[in-house]
Amino acid sequence: MNGTSNVRALQATNDFVIKFANVNGSGSASANLLFAKSIMRMGVPIAPRNIFPSNIQGLPTWYELRVSEAGHLGRRGGVDLLVAMNPQTWDKDVQELEAGGYLFYDSTKPMPPSRFRTDITVIGMPLTGICNERYTDARQRQLFKNIIYVGALSALLDVELPVVSQLIGEQYKGKEKLLKPNLEALTLGYEWAKENLRAIGLRVRRSDQVGDRIFVEGNAAAALGAVYGGATVCAWYPITPSTSTAEAFMRYCSKLRVEPETGKNKFAIIQGEDEIASIGIVVGAGWNGARAFTCTSGPGISLMQEFIGLAYFAEIPAVLIDVQRGGPSTGMPTRTQQSDVLLCAYASHGDTKHVLLFPEDPKEAFDFSAQCFDLAERLQTPIFLMLDLDIGMNERLCAPFGWDDNRAMDRGKVLSHADLEGGAAFGRYLDVDGDGITWRTYPGTHPTKGSYFTRGTTKDRMARYSETGPDYTENMVRLLRKFETAKSLVPKPIIRMASGPTPVGVLYYGSTAPAMNEALEAFEAQGVHVDAMRVRAFPFGPEVAAFIAEHDRVFVVEQNRDSQLRSLLVNELEVDPKRVPAIVHYDGTPITARFIVQAVLSKIVTIPAPERVVARAEASQ
Amino acid sequence: MTYIAKPSIHHPGLTKNALGHTRRDYEGAVSTLCAGCGHDSISAAIIQAFFDLNIEPHRVAKLSGIGCSSKTPAYFLGNSHGFNTVHGRMPSALTGANLANKDLLYIGVSGDGDSASIGLGQFCHAIRRGVNMVYIVENNGVYGLTKGQFSATADKGSKSKKGASNSDSPIDLVMLAMELGATYVGRSFSGDKEQLIPLIKGAIAHQGAALIDVVSPCVAFNNHPGSTKSYDYVRAHNEAVNSMDIITPREEITTNYPAGTTELVTMHDGSQMLLKKIAADYDPHDKIAAMQFLMRESAAGQVVTGLLYAERDSEDLHQHIGTVATPLNQLGDRDLCPGSEALARINAGLR
Repeated sequence: MNGTSNVRALQATNDFVIKFANVNGSGSASANLLFAKSIMRMGVPIAPRNIFPSNIQGLPTWYELRVSEAGHLGRRGGVDLLVAMNPQTWDKDVQELEAGGYLFYDSTKPMPPSRFRTDITVIGMPLTGICNERYTDARQRQLFKNIIYVGALSALLDVELPVVSQLIGEQYKGKEKLLKPNLEALTLGYEWAKENLRAIGLRVRRSDQVGDRIFVEGNAAAALGAVYGGATVCAWYPITPSTSTAEAFMRYCSKLRVEPETGKNKFAIIQGEDEIASIGIVVGAGWNGARAFTCTSGPGISLMQEFIGLAYFAEIPAVLIDVQRGGPSTGMPTRTQQSDVLLCAYASHGDTKHVLLFPEDPKEAFDFSAQCFDLAERLQTPIFLMLDLDIGMNERLCAPFGWDDNRAMDRGKVLSHADLEGGAAFGRYLDVDGDGITWRTYPGTHPTKGSYFTRGTTKDRMARYSETGPDYTENMVRLLRKFETAKSLVPKPIIRMASGPTPVGVLYYGSTAPAMNEALEAFEAQGVHVDAMRVRAFPFGPEVAAFIAEHDRVFVVEQNRDSQLRSLLVNELEVDPKRVPAIVHYDGTPITARFIVQAVLSKIVTIPAPERVVARAEASQ
Repeated sequence: MTYIAKPSIHHPGLTKNALGHTRRDYEGAVSTLCAGCGHDSISAAIIQAFFDLNIEPHRVAKLSGIGCSSKTPAYFLGNSHGFNTVHGRMPSALTGANLANKDLLYIGVSGDGDSASIGLGQFCHAIRRGVNMVYIVENNGVYGLTKGQFSATADKGSKSKKGASNSDSPIDLVMLAMELGATYVGRSFSGDKEQLIPLIKGAIAHQGAALIDVVSPCVAFNNHPGSTKSYDYVRAHNEAVNSMDIITPREEITTNYPAGTTELVTMHDGSQMLLKKIAADYDPHDKIAAMQFLMRESAAGQVVTGLLYAERDSEDLHQHIGTVATPLNQLGDRDLCPGSEALARINAGLR
């Protein structure tokens, strides 16, 4: 160890951030995941995040691993230990280290002292040298270098070697040829570090804070939710960060939806020629009574606009999973944002409004995904599941998936052959129940009853072509009535009250949740009371307006530039914009608790507000 | 013609098919297209084809895009569900509908603007996938609803009604469909129901993507001298390579047909297609030779019609992707939801 530190080295157990700086395509991702899961298996919560370029091979990629016994799963910001495997990004990476932090690097070719900082501890290990000595094959040298550093880091941080070995064993189950050399490389790194490096101030200690939680990506969870929700048709077009949703749906279906007797599939997956065809297939399948979905990201939603309007107006069930990324245009395709909220809420031309669900983590992505299919058929309209890259493409600790075996699909208002035969009156757009939702029939139901012509053009309540104003407005008003009905069917917001009464609230949604949970703890610790509401759906139920009315100020915290959910609040609930000041974070990195705390506190002080809030906030400074 | 108002009175004299239905049971609403529009003749041919084949109208789903042609599904098979989708996107909506229920028959009606311009991509990909459908393009070389712009199938050098000359190369949907793997391809003329009706019947009986390009003159905007999609031009240049009959499984084949000039093909649904050669050297099962023939005749200004290509033992999208026998829209909770035990195992694998 060649530490030159003049600042006290960081000391922390089960509470720190490690950042791996790698080159993409080098096989580092699986090694980093292995290291992260080892810590999780020791009962210590982890929150990893992939930071990657839109590229296959050769560009910088990072894996940021937060270790938090307290269970903070949001991005923290700052780095305590940098595993610098990419000389390209060295200077920028080193700058990010906290004072007193640690830098682990490949010292085969020693770096000049000018490339280090004086306030950090530098740990050099000649990884390339060790690999070149041990392996002759170039690819092996690269891949095992990753496992060797996992071994070394395990030694440095007290990660239990048997736990790592066990995970490698699970990974290479049935591939014994690969298992042995991987275990050997792991031990090689571990022993070299034990012999040559001193322990550092960061440690992992076995705990019991993971519980029965699972560790899974949001995209996979949403795909599994679609399987449980009864989706049979998936049409999609590859786009980051949603591609893994369709791939996971394929994977789960091939295990869970194949008829054992025949080997035939109880699903159909079509990779469309573009997003327009994908949503077209979904709309066609929904019209014909199958549960269908597409998964895409912002640019795809832009392309789907015309069909979304048709589905809204012709009242066809459809589910769209939007894994949001940085926009506009190609924007930041591999970075996260919540910037499609308005795009989806009012998608298409003419007057439209759509149902959006905002899951906070993979567990809710699963639950809401399954629920989307019931909602789509109950409401006969497009339903949007609003994921983002942060939830979708990162493994996240969350509650295990659950399913009630007594639950049945809600197929909505569909008249059967028997209903029609029994004399049920049928008017496709006739609101017989007063909830704005009309009865439909599937094609092919009855020889003489129940057929109708579906069109995007205006029609009367019997689905007959009409261009008259009263027919048009009646239909448009009924669609609003249906949207009103939706409010009672979508997931309700979650309220978390501060320990004492307060006129200050925060309102947030989706992937902001883990950072907000941590921020709320920080407020409490500082004696600042902030009530919180996590919105889980649009349209907003009555609870949302009530929450805003009950507070003098409700900060709306989001990950986009234009505070899009706030626009919805102002527009749909007619709340005074001054009561809902915006706090936005949109640089493509996930929002942090540090950011929220700082932003809220500074606004409580600077914005004129009731005296007691000012006093409390200033006292906490 | 379906543009004539149809009084709902009983005609005891109307002939009935094997299901006891009359042609009236296969008709739709009154057409609002221009008098003399070729599209109405095609609707009439569709009605006749389904009547002759004894198909229950409600077992057919009709889909279309936007344009004059796409209005026509309202004018036939009034007891079928219809779906007038968005411009150029009928193929994707039809693909989705077909995935949902493989047991219905799907007819997609489109035009040359809908399929060759805005919807060219979807046209291509639905055919590539082998969606089991009858895809009819009502091809008049012109945008009617927006009053007379050239479409992408207009021939180079052809004249618009206002005298403008088209300088762009045409898209030949027949050649394209063959290139892309359509397993049944025909071209016909709306003014020739003797040829068109059996061609549609063959497409209905066919398993897989069937395209029929029907030249259908637009009496309002493209029926003048200088147009290559006018009644006069097509009648003068129509070169039929064969003619055909479809014999349903209920019918008996009573005539002996001379070998060499006729061929009997068994269709997917058990019916027989009797193909009679007109051009002695045209083999609709030899794609390469057929395409050469079509290119040569097209260059000479001819409009080649008839059954241009048919693949024996064709497959459709459902066979390609291996779906179960039950239509996907009829699978229930027990078929689709793996249940809590499977979920517990998945949870265990994620720790």
